[in-house]
Amino acid sequence: MSIEVLQGGLLTTVQDGGRYGFRREGVSVCGALDEFAMRAANTLVGNAPDAAALEITLAGCALRFTQNYFIAICGGDLMPHVAGEAVPCWRPIYVAANSVLDFKGIRTGCRAYLAIAGGLDVPVLLGSRSTDLRAQFGGYDGRALQAGDSLSCLHNGDAAARLREKLAASHTNIQFSFADWFVSANVRPTRAAQTALRVIHGSEFAAFDEPSRRALFEQIFVVTPNANRMAYRLRSDEKLKLVAPREQFSTAVVPGTMQVPPDGNPILLLADCQTTGGYPVIAHVIRADLTIVAQMKPGDSLRFVETTLDEAQRLYRERERTLTQLRYAVRFKMDERT
Amino acid sequence: MEFSIHTLGDFAFVVRFPNSSNLVARRAAASLARHLDSSHTPPSVVECVAASGTMTIFCDPLAWRAATVFKRRDVSVSHSPSPEDFYNLLRASLDELTRDDGDAIANNDFMRCTIELPVCYGGEFGADLEFVARHTRLAPEQVIELHTGGDYIVEMIGFAPGFPYLGGLSPLLATPRRATPRLKVARGSVGIGGTQTCVYSIASPGGWQLIGRTPVSLFRPQVSSAPSLLRAGDRVRFRSITPQEFEDAHEIVTAQE
Repeated sequence: MSIEVLQGGLLTTVQDGGRYGFRREGVSVCGALDEFAMRAANTLVGNAPDAAALEITLAGCALRFTQNYFIAICGGDLMPHVAGEAVPCWRPIYVAANSVLDFKGIRTGCRAYLAIAGGLDVPVLLGSRSTDLRAQFGGYDGRALQAGDSLSCLHNGDAAARLREKLAASHTNIQFSFADWFVSANVRPTRAAQTALRVIHGSEFAAFDEPSRRALFEQIFVVTPNANRMAYRLRSDEKLKLVAPREQFSTAVVPGTMQVPPDGNPILLLADCQTTGGYPVIAHVIRADLTIVAQMKPGDSLRFVETTLDEAQRLYRERERTLTQLRYAVRFKMDERT
Repeated sequence: MEFSIHTLGDFAFVVRFPNSSNLVARRAAASLARHLDSSHTPPSVVECVAASGTMTIFCDPLAWRAATVFKRRDVSVSHSPSPEDFYNLLRASLDELTRDDGDAIANNDFMRCTIELPVCYGGEFGADLEFVARHTRLAPEQVIELHTGGDYIVEMIGFAPGFPYLGGLSPLLATPRRATPRLKVARGSVGIGGTQTCVYSIASPGGWQLIGRTPVSLFRPQVSSAPSLLRAGDRVRFRSITPQEFEDAHEIVTAQE
């Protein structure tokens, strides 16, 4: 059972829910940048939400399925095609053996998640199948996929088999078929041209001068080309300045933390970030909104809006409830006998 | 013992001991982390990380309200545990730790292992040894002697998996970091940065002054019980070895991986 990589694309890696429990050893969390999209894709094919999937960035990835597979693609619309025909996202897809799936380019967003029934079969290291690109371990040999690589899947459950049969029966000589139901657009995280990301104060928020604290919430920030899985460097007209220089010790940081180095341009840390950082922390983007950051690319603009700890946690739990509801809905669809 | 709590993002808290001396703060943080990590772990806590006088508590967002957060008291489901709730828990834990024996924190087995790392100094293994010598106005041999003569303590693991920040560097060896970091520092490189010394546990960009390299692996992802060779609180010593000894040891280490 295998999936052959014809082209690795710009950056395609195996990611799951992330690596937890080893932060004291300095191990980064890693995992899917767009948690929601990965979990939705896994749910649509009957996998556990945190099963290993492929995170596909921007463009260029091409895969050949050597057997019939049951897949789903969620997240950014990178224009997936099979045999020249567009493949719809946010719904289960059945692809026939020897189909080639490729991603033609960016329509919206930045990253797409390809989940395959059963989940990707790569070794579990330190409790996770995620790729740690910096420390070069985990996922597929600790690196991005390249032409010539070959992936396999773990055995998938029987509920998926029933849906697969239904989808297979509905295709004649085209190479894929898809369910007529899908994750409704109004439960997917939304993105606008100028997205406001919700943040809560960082421990050094008060150490920044008054104009900087105002500027954080009033001005537009742009994602610079220096943007990757570790962090997005942002740029704005007004730089963020401390009231007075201070000695900064290394402290714990998490994905979503916004540090400000001496040049005044904030750095928004993401999944592959280090466990500690030495710059003052002005704010943290809430976990529920990291899914929006994951779909931003260099040149995109954004702004920040303040929220509370309670609201941040409520939004995250609401997001998880949506995924639980999706899980029940998919299970129902899989068990349908028609 | 006074401490303050700050939220770290939406699902973690950092506890700081601002008024304690560095050593007492470190010990208090380590005690608390171990206390919370043991049988007293509240269901919503994923892990605790003690570092340089702070302790960070990482929480599971989904277990937050589903179960009693603290075994000591019920948290009402109408609101999420606030920094104040955590403050009360930590206050209670600290009080309990110091109740029977006022020196419980001072006397705990905070200092754990002593690890001796073999290091080949200078040449291709330590490209900045000459620079450090010039900066400190010492001969390279004296730099090596001072470095190997030191008794170091792991202040924390951060920056990279298994990467130790070591305290205890002789003030005579203090050298500022490079103005321009290197794009790639070889794994095992021993560096000086300001008043600290470190060992690069993975190949990475880096700005510390490189004075030598160890063949020992500081990060082993295959060892899930202890992927990092060093932990906060461990003691470290360095021992000088020859290039040949380095090659021999390096061959063994890489064969094992």
